[in-house]
Amino acid sequence: MSKNKEYLIKRGNSEYEVIIGLEVHAQVLSKSKLFSDSPTNFGAEPNTQVSLVDAAFPGMLPVINEFCIKQAVKTGIGLNAAINKKSIFDRKNYFYADLPQGYQISQYKDPIVGEGSILLDLPDGEKKVGIERLHLEQDAGKSIHDIDPQNTLVDLNRSGVALMEIVSKPDLRSPEEVNLYIKKLRSIMRYLGTCDGNMQEGSLRADVNVSIRKTGDKKLGIRCEIKNVNSIKFMQMAIEYEANRQADILEEGGSIDQETRLFDTKKNETRSMRSKEDAHDYRYFPDPDLLPLELTDDFISKIRKEIPELPDEKKKRFVDKFKLTPYEANILVSDIETSKYFEDVIKNSDIKLATNWVTGELFALLNDRNLEISQSPISSKNLSTLINLIKDGTISGKIAKTVFEIMANESKDPKSIIDEKGLKQQSDPKEIEKIVDDVIKENPKNVELFKSGKDKLFGFFVGQVMKKTDGKANPKLVNDILKKKLN
Amino acid sequence: MSDIINLTLSALINKIKKKELSSQEITNAYIARAEKSKDLNTYITTDFENAIEKAKKFDEKGNFDYKLPGIPIAVKDLFCTNNLKTTAGSKILSNFIPSYESTVTQHLWDEGAILLGKLNCDEFAMGSSNETSFFGNVESPVGKKVVPGGSSGGSASALAAKLTPTTIGTDTGGSIRQPASFTGTVGLKPTYGSCSRYGIVAFASSLDQAGPMTQDVSDAALMLDVISKYDTKDSTSVNFKRGDYFKSLSSNIKGKKIGIPKEYRVDGMAKEIESLWQDGITLLKKLGAKIIDISLPHTKYALPAYYIVAPAEASSNLARYDGVKYGYRSEGENLISMYENTRSEGFGDEVKRRIMIGTYVLSSGYYDAYYLKAQKIRRLIKNDFDEAYKSVDAILTPSTPSSAFKIGDKTDDPVSMYLNDIFTVPVNLSGLPAISIPAGKDKNNYPLGLQLIGKAFEEQNLLDISYSMEKELSFKNNLQDWWI
Repeated sequence: MSKNKEYLIKRGNSEYEVIIGLEVHAQVLSKSKLFSDSPTNFGAEPNTQVSLVDAAFPGMLPVINEFCIKQAVKTGIGLNAAINKKSIFDRKNYFYADLPQGYQISQYKDPIVGEGSILLDLPDGEKKVGIERLHLEQDAGKSIHDIDPQNTLVDLNRSGVALMEIVSKPDLRSPEEVNLYIKKLRSIMRYLGTCDGNMQEGSLRADVNVSIRKTGDKKLGIRCEIKNVNSIKFMQMAIEYEANRQADILEEGGSIDQETRLFDTKKNETRSMRSKEDAHDYRYFPDPDLLPLELTDDFISKIRKEIPELPDEKKKRFVDKFKLTPYEANILVSDIETSKYFEDVIKNSDIKLATNWVTGELFALLNDRNLEISQSPISSKNLSTLINLIKDGTISGKIAKTVFEIMANESKDPKSIIDEKGLKQQSDPKEIEKIVDDVIKENPKNVELFKSGKDKLFGFFVGQVMKKTDGKANPKLVNDILKKKLN
Repeated sequence: MSDIINLTLSALINKIKKKELSSQEITNAYIARAEKSKDLNTYITTDFENAIEKAKKFDEKGNFDYKLPGIPIAVKDLFCTNNLKTTAGSKILSNFIPSYESTVTQHLWDEGAILLGKLNCDEFAMGSSNETSFFGNVESPVGKKVVPGGSSGGSASALAAKLTPTTIGTDTGGSIRQPASFTGTVGLKPTYGSCSRYGIVAFASSLDQAGPMTQDVSDAALMLDVISKYDTKDSTSVNFKRGDYFKSLSSNIKGKKIGIPKEYRVDGMAKEIESLWQDGITLLKKLGAKIIDISLPHTKYALPAYYIVAPAEASSNLARYDGVKYGYRSEGENLISMYENTRSEGFGDEVKRRIMIGTYVLSSGYYDAYYLKAQKIRRLIKNDFDEAYKSVDAILTPSTPSSAFKIGDKTDDPVSMYLNDIFTVPVNLSGLPAISIPAGKDKNNYPLGLQLIGKAFEEQNLLDISYSMEKELSFKNNLQDWWI
């Protein structure tokens, strides 16, 4: 357990611990839907990605998309979870306009993936968060209430899209842990290629279960479920609000009602949606249109072989093999594209320099321009060339920053920039010696002062040499020669 | 023309192949008879103009190698037919025109058959007398004001009245076999997974199975050849090696072991049914079969289990009829009232009754006591059959506990109506194949049927046994065309 600075809600003399569990709905990365061959492209014209099955026409039957099954198993393996060789698709029955079948095909008692875990990197060490289960289910369509003043319109493009519901154990204790959990989960799924994790497009949403208890209490408090929150920031705000709301109630001697709540992002508050008494009776039962899903050992082991190196292993390798600090390794592995970029860069260049350049200049640039690493104006090849030019003394670190800036704007390779702009470092000792001689000749007074003990003036001489060479002189040579000449 | 309508399906096919009859002649004969038989109320939708057009085309350049060359066929209105209204006998689908074709009907057209129209049935196939249809009850040609059975009542009536040379129905708890028995025709429910459910309006998915309804056993074999095919669009379709049923038909059943289950001797069973069964046993012995007394101990739980499982699935299957996407809609102030108005106006009483039963047995707190228990019973019933089949090849029972009754006789008593299915539902619960063949008549001259239940996927065996019995029984309906 983490000894991390604890997140506690204080009321008078009482301190409350916050207990959080997440049900993450992750859209399976798949070209077609869970039980039909309709496409799943985001942003298509309403009702253009709908088959007769998705719209639940009479006599239409679901047929399992094997690729989605593979993706779920892959994700399960990535979560160190048990893969259930037999799982069952159930019907969750309820009426809504954007649910064409009148039921959602989901998995209830027998999910495809069982218990697993995710490792979080907290400032003071690692924390293991338990995964309760992962199951597959269909997404519903979308009801649109604000286009027509009289009618609700329904878009069924999402109807039938495959979702993985990933349920955590109530192991999270603060909004920050939730942040790390979601990011880690997303990172793992992106490594696996099973979910793009795009929260803006709704590929990743979560129901957040929050309860509180007095510190030291063993028994869990009564929880509220905050439905369908679609950004980490909102999850954190909702938890913050909800924990404080519950603390206020308990402090006043009240009790928490088990209920489903909605987070109002505009007012930054949660509101009751329905109480436990009003909870739907979903009348789950095994879908008779689908046989139990049975996976062979062969099927699972084939998928196991396709699992790439995941963030935790990669981090370990970066630390062990490349001698990065855990902190550096962490930021380089958290996003698979970043880690790929980094590994491309170090294929042909110095690891230490590459680490600094990627986590320093490059991250700053991307951050500044709000770009993903895949959109970086500087290719991994060009960055690696730049680093080699520093390493072999062709340019100084300082000049390199100038070159980097030009690369960022013009996407050219560093060699041609250096040639064009004449930025190559002067590394000929004879030439530098000549310039040093000139500088000494031109500043007799300062030479005298330096010799009389004013050591600080050494920098002045370096500056003068650099000025005469437009900063291109090899700093190490300048230092060496100056020292020799002045002493 | 009267010659045409008196021919069996296989005889018609022979005549067409020999060019002694054209598709147009046959099609016109059936249409003409249907026009005169409207009082039976067998059709919900006719497609006669198109049928004549298709027959003409077939005569011009048809493929005579097809299994059903130019044969006109009317089908139960539970099969979705492309561009032709498909109602499932319900108001809620009374305006529904599919843009797709069910797999089973597609197989018919692919073998050269021509669609005559859509036949009446109980609403969503829920009924045993064709009295729950939104489009009115169907009369049986066997007698005035007599029910044809259900739910494939329109199909059975049309077949018996010779308005179609053959037809297809669906059987969830006896909906092919019971009306076949009531109308003196042959009805086959294939093994679950034989015929695709794709495009058939669903009643209870784990029980529904399409099958042929025919004038005789060899026609049933012929139709099964056409419609029993593996289909990847139905996840419950089974990819087993299907026989060449028609060609392989054999009347030699010497040495076959036939089981007689004692539990089917139910209290209060009519004497004539008892003697029908006894006559069947005697006949089988005469044909060289070995009769073996068997026990299917859980039989008495089959009907209650069926009336939990089937409504449970139906309550969920029928949730899609909500007025949002297609079918009947009754506007309301908001979504909920639109649902309520649409569904209370769109569904009939029997459908509502079963939706309520189904919703109840799936509710939390009742699920274990009803649905789960019913599923366990289902397993026990299946085990009974498995055990029996260790010593027998097929099982002989009556098809129904009584002969056809009068319209209105049982409509006020759902339970006595449900009792009609007592001999047929165990078969659906076990997924087994079974056939009903006409075997005799009651004191009113109404037909009575015997049921043969087979091992899973062994339809050939079932067809052979019934084929050999049929030859000896030489059953004739001798209808007087009183409705024309």
